[in-house]
This record gives sequence, C-alpha cells and structure tokens, in this order.
Amino acid sequence: MNSQKTRKPGFVASVRLFFTDRDKLEPAVITILAGTFSILMGVGLIFLVSKDPVTSTKNFLLGPILRTYNFYYLLIAMVPITFTGLAMCIIYKLKYMSLIVDSSFYMGAIVATAIGVRLSLPPGIHPAVAMIAAGLVGGLIGLLPAILKIKWRANELVSSLMFNYIFYFIGSFIILYYLRDRDQTIMASMPFQKSFNIPKLIENTQLHAGFIIAAVFVVLVSVFLFRTRWGFEIRLAGANPKFAAYAGIPVATVALYAHFVAGFIGGLGGAVEMSGLYRAFIWQMNPSYAMDGVIVAMLARKNPKFVPLSALFLAYLRVGADFMSRRGDVAFEFITLLQGVIILILASDKILNYFKARRLRKNALLADSTARNAAAQGGEA
Amino acid sequence: MIEFIVTVFTSSNYWFIVLRSTAPILLVTLGAVITEAAGIKNMALEGSMLWAALTGVIVSAATGSAWLGVLAGILSAVVIALILGLFALKLDANAVLCGVALNLFSTGGTVFVLFSLTGDKGISSSLASKTLPFIKIPFIENVPWLGKVISGQNIVLWLAVAAVFVIHYIMNKATIGRRIRATGENLEAAKAAGIDPDRIKFFTLIVSGVLAGIAGCFLSMGYTSNFTSGISAGRGYVANAAQVVAGGTAIGAIFASLIFGLTDAMATYLQNVGLPPELIQALPYFVTILGFIVVTLIRDRREAIRKKKLFEGKIDKSRFKSVISGGDAGSGASA
Repeated sequence: MNSQKTRKPGFVASVRLFFTDRDKLEPAVITILAGTFSILMGVGLIFLVSKDPVTSTKNFLLGPILRTYNFYYLLIAMVPITFTGLAMCIIYKLKYMSLIVDSSFYMGAIVATAIGVRLSLPPGIHPAVAMIAAGLVGGLIGLLPAILKIKWRANELVSSLMFNYIFYFIGSFIILYYLRDRDQTIMASMPFQKSFNIPKLIENTQLHAGFIIAAVFVVLVSVFLFRTRWGFEIRLAGANPKFAAYAGIPVATVALYAHFVAGFIGGLGGAVEMSGLYRAFIWQMNPSYAMDGVIVAMLARKNPKFVPLSALFLAYLRVGADFMSRRGDVAFEFITLLQGVIILILASDKILNYFKARRLRKNALLADSTARNAAAQGGEA
Repeated sequence: MIEFIVTVFTSSNYWFIVLRSTAPILLVTLGAVITEAAGIKNMALEGSMLWAALTGVIVSAATGSAWLGVLAGILSAVVIALILGLFALKLDANAVLCGVALNLFSTGGTVFVLFSLTGDKGISSSLASKTLPFIKIPFIENVPWLGKVISGQNIVLWLAVAAVFVIHYIMNKATIGRRIRATGENLEAAKAAGIDPDRIKFFTLIVSGVLAGIAGCFLSMGYTSNFTSGISAGRGYVANAAQVVAGGTAIGAIFASLIFGLTDAMATYLQNVGLPPELIQALPYFVTILGFIVVTLIRDRREAIRKKKLFEGKIDKSRFKSVISGGDAGSGASA
C-alpha cells in the first residue's frame, strides 16, 4: 500500500498535471510563441528580399518534409546539435556562461580524424576508441575556462571565446601539417580507414548510427542530472552556490566535473559527426555547433528530456533554410539572424515571467482586498 | 633569432603596423571600459562593429561620402547597443547572453544583407565604397624613423587617441563619471542618491556603441577597403578581455590594446620567417588570455599585501588613531 502512494503519476496523469500546472505550462507556451515569432520573422525577411517569395517560403517551411532525402538530412542535422545542446544544458544548469563546448566539439572532430586516419583497428572498436579519446580531449578542453574562472575569477565567457579562436587555429594547424591530403586543393585530411565509419541505419541514406548514440546520451544526461548525486550537486551549485557551499558541497570541484562532462559530450559529438557523416575531415571553417547548442538548451529550458524536441525544431529551420537558399535567392545566413532573435526572446525573464507576474499580482490584490474586507467587517462588528 | 627580433623591433614598418592594429582594439576597449564601469557587460561590441563596418561601406558607396558612411555606421552600432540595453535592462535578460545573441544576429544579419544587396556572401568589393583619410603630418613626416611610424596613419588612430582623453575626462572629471562609477559600484546607494541607474547604463551603452561604430568603420574603410564576412574577427570579445587587463581605466586601455597590437603585428612578421601561420594567428588571443591571468594575479597579490598590512597596522594606523582619539576627545568634551 505504501509503495502505491509514493509511485509516480502515470503518463496520462503527468500530461494532465503538466497542463494544469501553470508554472510549467506558461514557459512552454512562451517558448512555442518565440519559435512561431522567429518563423514569422523569417517569412517576413524572405518576402523582403526574394524575387519569388512564395516558392522560397514554401521551400523554407516545408522543405524538410517535401523530400525523403531532406527528411533524412533533418534527422542527421539533429545529431550534432543534440550533443552540444546536452552539453550546454549541463553548463547552464551550473549557471556558467562558458561557450567552450565549441572547442570541445571541434577538437573532438580533429582527434577523431587523427585516429580515423592513423590507426588501424577492427570495425566497431575503431570508432569507439576515437569517440572516447575525442571525449577525453573535449573534456579536458572544457575544463580550461572553468579553471580560469575558479582560480583567477576570469569571466568564463570571454576566456572561452578566446579559447575557441585558439583551438580553431590549433585544429587547422594539426590538419594542415599532420593529416593533410596533398592531392586535394581544399583543406582536407587524408581519407579515414574503412573501419572508422559507423554503419548507416538505413541503406542508401546518410542516416547513421550516431542518431542512436545521441538518443542514448539524451537518456544518460537526463539520468545524470536528475537521478545521481553528481547531477544533484550540479543543480544545487547552480541554483544557489552559497547555500551549496554551506551544505558542504565542494562547489569548485562540482564546476570542474560538470565542465568535464559537458566537454566530454561535446568532444564525443564531434567524433560521432566525423565517423557517421564523413570520409575525411573537410570542414573549411568551424561549424560552431555550440551556438546551436545554446539555443537548443534554452528552448529545452535546460532540461535534457526536451533537447531532442528543440533539436528537431532547430534542425527543421536549418534544413528548410538550406533547401530554400540552394533553390532561391535568399542567403542561408538568415537562419543565424533568427537564432539570435530566438535567444534574445528566451533570455528575457520579463517576457517569460509575464503571465506569472500578472497572476501573482492578481492573487496578491485579491488577498489584499479580502484582507481589507475582513478588516472592514471586523471594524463594523 | 635575436637578430630577427632586433630587426623587427627597430623597423619603422613594424611599429606602423602596431599602431594600425591597436587603433580599433583601443576604441572598443574604451567602450568596454565605460560600460563595465557602469556595471553592465557589453558583449555585443562585436556585433556593433560588424554592423558599423557593413553600414559604413554601404552608405559611403551610396552617397559617395566616407563621413556619411561613418555616421550611418555609428548609428547602426548604437542601435545594437540600445537593443542590448532594452533586453538587458528593461526585459531583465542576462546581459551576457543577450550580447552573444546579438553577435549571432549580427554575424548572420550582415552576411544576409550583404548577399541580398550584392549577391556575394564573402566580400563587398562590388560596392564602390570610400576609405577614411590617411593623415600625413607636416614636418614629422620628414623625421627619419618617427615620420614613417606616425605619419600616414589613418585618421581613426588619432580619433582613438582623442577618445582616450574624452573617456578619461568623462569618467574622472565630469559629474556623469561619478554617477557612472556610483552605479557600477553600488546600485542601491546610487538609487538612494537620486541617480536613475538605467539611464546611466543606457548612456554608457550609447558611448560604447559610438566607439565600436568608429572602430567597425575603420576595419572596412581604412584597415582594409572592403567589408568581408566576420571582419571584426573577435575584436569585440578581445576588448572585453582587454578591459580587465586595463584595470577598468581609459589610460590602462592604451596598454591593454597595445599588447594585442604588438602581438597582432608580430604575427604578420613571424609569418614571413616561415612559422606556421595558423599557430601565429592564435597568438594574439593567447596573449590576451595570459594578460588576463597575469593582471588578476597581480591584483590579487596587491590586495593580499594591502590586507596584510592593514591587519599588521602598518598603514593608515595614524589615521585610525586620529579618528579614535578625535572621537575620544569629543566624548570627553561632552562629558
């Protein structure tokens, strides 16, 4: 009987709970409104610059589902931003602003390239070794801004941005001087060994097993953040560092391992991207998936459970924009512009808490007037 | 190696490049200094520079006047700073996150606008944009070494030097400066003294926007003669690091931005000796982080020494004594 009482509500009940709990419903509604607003703004921009706005708009909004090829591309595009989104969730739970995941992801891809080109290992083990090595390197890189912040109080955002430039140059140095394919005119590494690529999920498509790995990591990170002591410590240290310190939590250590885990996920994401999608390292510039991770984490309200959903949304926008720009006269970069707008809206606490504040004010007024009425009646009596 | 260093450091060309690459950093660093003094971090300086660089090019090409271009560029940079203020101050958003968002907005937005206008995503060379004048200084021009270093620099360098004095004056001599520092140091006290903190912060944001605007225009209309995508190359971020190195003062900003200028110029030279350009390009950012750490270390040590002295009673003892004895005397008199 006792266990019956403490059991969690079932799926239907929890959905109903979600819709009746206004503290949860309102942010969700506002997130959806922010997404809708950004889409409308995108359409507005298309109409502003395109010579054939109707076709461009159709390609932008329906591109990802109009063609099977695009649909698979949509699923593939979700993979890297799921990884960076999860990593940013952890960092944001800690209330840090570091963007070092960008370096972790990029260097993860570089490390994976080195292993993919230089080592000969049996299939299965080869990508696994590459992913773990990339994760470790990514994790160590992730530590850097946190160390600077803890030891020297250096602003972690500023230092992580500096590191992102530094590691970008180091990464291209490694490719150009140690792994370059001299037969190529563009900057490209030598081709990977056959054993390095993870299998495709569906024949004749680009959809690779990295999709599964990303899904597994969504579960892992959810469990890590909400079901383990480490996750609890991260959340507590982020919510109130002073309280956490008084409660005996080593706040500095927590910040360090949180950044290591975030960097690890980023680095591993880079390796998955390499081994799933490419036959050689061919990035001409840093794809900057960490910035997408910021949006994914914010749309998901820092909750890893919602990361796949927000990754789907962002991937949909990107694939649509890509499809549209290749078939029309609107530059793909307009999606970056929209991403900035989405972050701006989601970052504004006042917009997010608008309904809540109104409700609280209403309740307070109500309580005030009842109290006054009671007092008046008391006076009359 | 030593010979190489000596040749570089005595070459007038090297110092010419140093000054040229210091100018934009100095301007944005001053912008970071003044907003930070008011207690708001302007991370959107990067975005301000990007829009200024693009708008400057477009307007100067359309009107044929470089100065109208600069004016429009400054306006666009100020608009970005004001948007940051709107979201960070009026809508309670995290200022740092807003800055990052605005930079993203600007990186994408500038390329989007450039492509929509010219059909090119990378460079604005199809626009016949103007450049800002380069100043030849009479007499000094003919001084052997010095003339080659400081004559023929772009007018923006001298604007940057003037900006140092203006910002120094604003922050230390003018009433508004006291208000800025009051807002930054103790918001509640400032409010109690009748200062509207949001107005002060908006003021500093506008000033930083103007400075970043001039710097941005310089990049596309002096440093180079085109707008290229991502032309600011992280200078707005570097400015935020340099602000720490500068210790939050306008004079300090000269030294902080000189560090960047020295390494940036050195990078151009080291490339000629056959060192890998990738690693050299990383050098300025690396040095900025180092400067960041060194300055905090020095400050911490100074702070520690000061505290230690205070505890041992080595400084200010006499002042404390006089206060105490004064108080005693007062109470004695009243008794």
